[in-house]
Amino acid sequence: MANRRLAPAAEQPQDFAFTPENADWARGQIAKYPEGRQASAVIPLLWKAQEQNGGWLPQKAIEAVADELGMPHIRVLEVATFYTMFALEPVGRFWIQLCGTVPCDCCGAKELKAALHERLGPAGHVSPDGNFSWLEVECLGACCNAPMVQINQDYYEDLTPESLNKLMDDLAAGRPVKVGSQIGRVSSEPKDAVNTLTDESLFDGSRVGAWRKRFEQTEGAGDEGVKKDEAASTEARVKDETKPARPSAGRANESNAVDAPAERASAGQTPVKSEDEAQARDAKAPPAQDPAVVEDKVLRTEPPQHPATVGAGDDVPEGESPEARADAAGTRPKGLDAPRDDRPDDLTKIKGIGPINGRRLNDLGVWHYDQVAAWSPKEVAWVSAYLALPGRIDRENWVGQASDLAGSRG
Amino acid sequence: MLADQDRIFTNLYGLHSPGLDAAKKRGAWDGTKFLLDMGRDWIIDEMKGSGLRGRGGAGFPTGLKWSFMPKKSDGRPHYLVVNADESEPGTCKDREIMRHDPHLLIEGCLLASFAMGAHACYIYIRGEYVAEKFALQRAVDEAYEARLVGPSNVHDYPFDIYVHHGAGAYICGEETALIESLEGKKGMPRLKPPFPANMGLYGCPTTVNNVESIAVAGTILRRGGAWFAGLGGKNNTGTKLFCVSGHVNKPCNVEEELGITFRELIDKHCGGMRGGWDNLLCSIPGGSSVPLVPAEQIIDAKMDFDTLRNLGSGLGTAAVIVLDKSTDIVGAIARISYFYKHESCGQCTPCREGTGWMWRVLTRMAAGRAQKREIDMLLEVTKQVEGHTICALGDAAAWPIQGLIRHFRPEIEKRIDQYSANPHMDAVPMAAE
Repeated sequence: MANRRLAPAAEQPQDFAFTPENADWARGQIAKYPEGRQASAVIPLLWKAQEQNGGWLPQKAIEAVADELGMPHIRVLEVATFYTMFALEPVGRFWIQLCGTVPCDCCGAKELKAALHERLGPAGHVSPDGNFSWLEVECLGACCNAPMVQINQDYYEDLTPESLNKLMDDLAAGRPVKVGSQIGRVSSEPKDAVNTLTDESLFDGSRVGAWRKRFEQTEGAGDEGVKKDEAASTEARVKDETKPARPSAGRANESNAVDAPAERASAGQTPVKSEDEAQARDAKAPPAQDPAVVEDKVLRTEPPQHPATVGAGDDVPEGESPEARADAAGTRPKGLDAPRDDRPDDLTKIKGIGPINGRRLNDLGVWHYDQVAAWSPKEVAWVSAYLALPGRIDRENWVGQASDLAGSRG
Repeated sequence: MLADQDRIFTNLYGLHSPGLDAAKKRGAWDGTKFLLDMGRDWIIDEMKGSGLRGRGGAGFPTGLKWSFMPKKSDGRPHYLVVNADESEPGTCKDREIMRHDPHLLIEGCLLASFAMGAHACYIYIRGEYVAEKFALQRAVDEAYEARLVGPSNVHDYPFDIYVHHGAGAYICGEETALIESLEGKKGMPRLKPPFPANMGLYGCPTTVNNVESIAVAGTILRRGGAWFAGLGGKNNTGTKLFCVSGHVNKPCNVEEELGITFRELIDKHCGGMRGGWDNLLCSIPGGSSVPLVPAEQIIDAKMDFDTLRNLGSGLGTAAVIVLDKSTDIVGAIARISYFYKHESCGQCTPCREGTGWMWRVLTRMAAGRAQKREIDMLLEVTKQVEGHTICALGDAAAWPIQGLIRHFRPEIEKRIDQYSANPHMDAVPMAAE
């Protein structure tokens, strides 16, 4: 987060009002958004106010925009301080924003930064002649033309310290400058080596309409079915195989369910999902179960029996003892009746085990590091379930920590 | 190499006019009415059949996303919002579409809006792209004038398109933050669900798509989903704009088939690697959010979603940042960390605090002023930030660091050794636990 504050009171102008042209323009912007949603125009209006005020945004302008849009002042102040393109302090006539993010950084932005520093001093200060001020900003999105700067509204790309200095000389002297690439590129093409998009037929209009053949053919031959099958198979493929492109963050990418209250309402359902309904019921009343099971639960006086076999516990009801839940997940590690030589190890030295879990492990007969170190994956699963710490033992590597501790002690 | 006839963005480099007449000659707005007459379901089926995966980074199938919109309106309007807030470091493709081929985008907006029953579309362009904003607005005005869009147009589908701009916040590239920003608030991501397809802009069903995903729609529908699906590989179909930056001889944007190898991409289009292939250190293949891939793994890898995911990275926006052996790799990742620290919206604690912490520790590591056990501590902190935030910015801040530690731990250790081998006045600091 950037820490951004308004300019000191001494620098703030006494008042601010849009010029008549800008006020007209502002009304045009507001008209883009639906009735009652004029707040949407806040960024364009602040932007215009900044432009009118010589490149920075004073407090009075923020308030004027808020009044114009019928928003509380604080809401507009929030917006003005959140977005980094609003300069909250006076800037030079030419406001230089140097892109310093990695693609530019590795292609020479450091040298540009040094050049700016040498010529204009530290960032954020207006030069004595009022012409320049500069700031290092984050990626400006012209990475194929790195390194680059934005001066007021224009991008100047493919720079070197020399060409940047020359550019600044020209700007200060009022000479015309070339916007964009400074080494003669048109935009982001490979310099002097364009080997694509050279086919003239792309540009003379001779290919317009060529695609219609596809429809004439399908209509004529009547192979609509084939086409449909093809589309269907591709669709099935996409559905089956699509995985998140980025490494899994442990979250679903996007829900496939269409959750449209309107549709449900038209189908005569209340606008609550059926699964939500079930959940809501669960919270209030005991889970809707087979009456026999409920009865069994209520009437049972003996302690619950452990399921005899591992893996049969998928249907262990909620509220069963921790042992039962754990038995469903893995194998119980063998415990000792008492610490060897009456000298238990301090299990809380294992990162992730606190005093309480330490005691619970002791209750299981686990007293020593080497016991933890010897846990098999099944036993880890059992303890995870018993302590209700799903996945944590592996994540915090208790077994590895314990074997380290066991080793260092012995 | 992809044939010129199969390229969608034929004016990528701006060597021809972006105006309406020239765009029509290049094939834009060709038979749009015919495509609309084929009906909503046909359009969505064709998009699904093309296998197009979203071009904004996450790679979610576009046709499927469109189909999430309610089929019938319940009285609330539907919106299409185009995400032109291109700010992932390394990415500069949407900029070229908006200033050189804007009519492909506008036509795509109409087709997509029709497919999801939207009569209004907002294009949210990043604030820094001032010239691109004007170029796009000019194209929109041309389209209105030619009655291609507008309340009463030649397509008999009332449709309005508005260009909106932001003011410099990376986080507004996240779809719900973008919606918040478009509503005139701070760009802080919303919790999902409800998903935008149900409650998006102004509480109405909304779909947010990347510029490139929308701009390819017209060509895909004309030439057919099967054509697009025939390019690239299985599950990674079609063409993609690659933005190659960094230490190559001729950095450039280029449209290529998905699945082109890294070596071919650089050799054919970018004038080769600076200093030859032996000089390659690593590459960040999908914008700064994805983990880096070291030279020996990336050099012959196919550039597509699944191959790169299997390499522990991702295709992201296909912003290929190439780094050679002169790079201070720890410093470069520290710079990326600074980016995320700067751009965190501050809503979720793990991200707000974690990004700053990770940046400070990495900055010390870049100079060697650290303890070796801090490397593991740093790795652990990245795991605690990852997946514990509302949006993916926390993940994006964590992944580059995880990639660095995975592949360049010896480099970090070497620097620590070098630093501690020399006498220093100040004690080596240690992060607070």
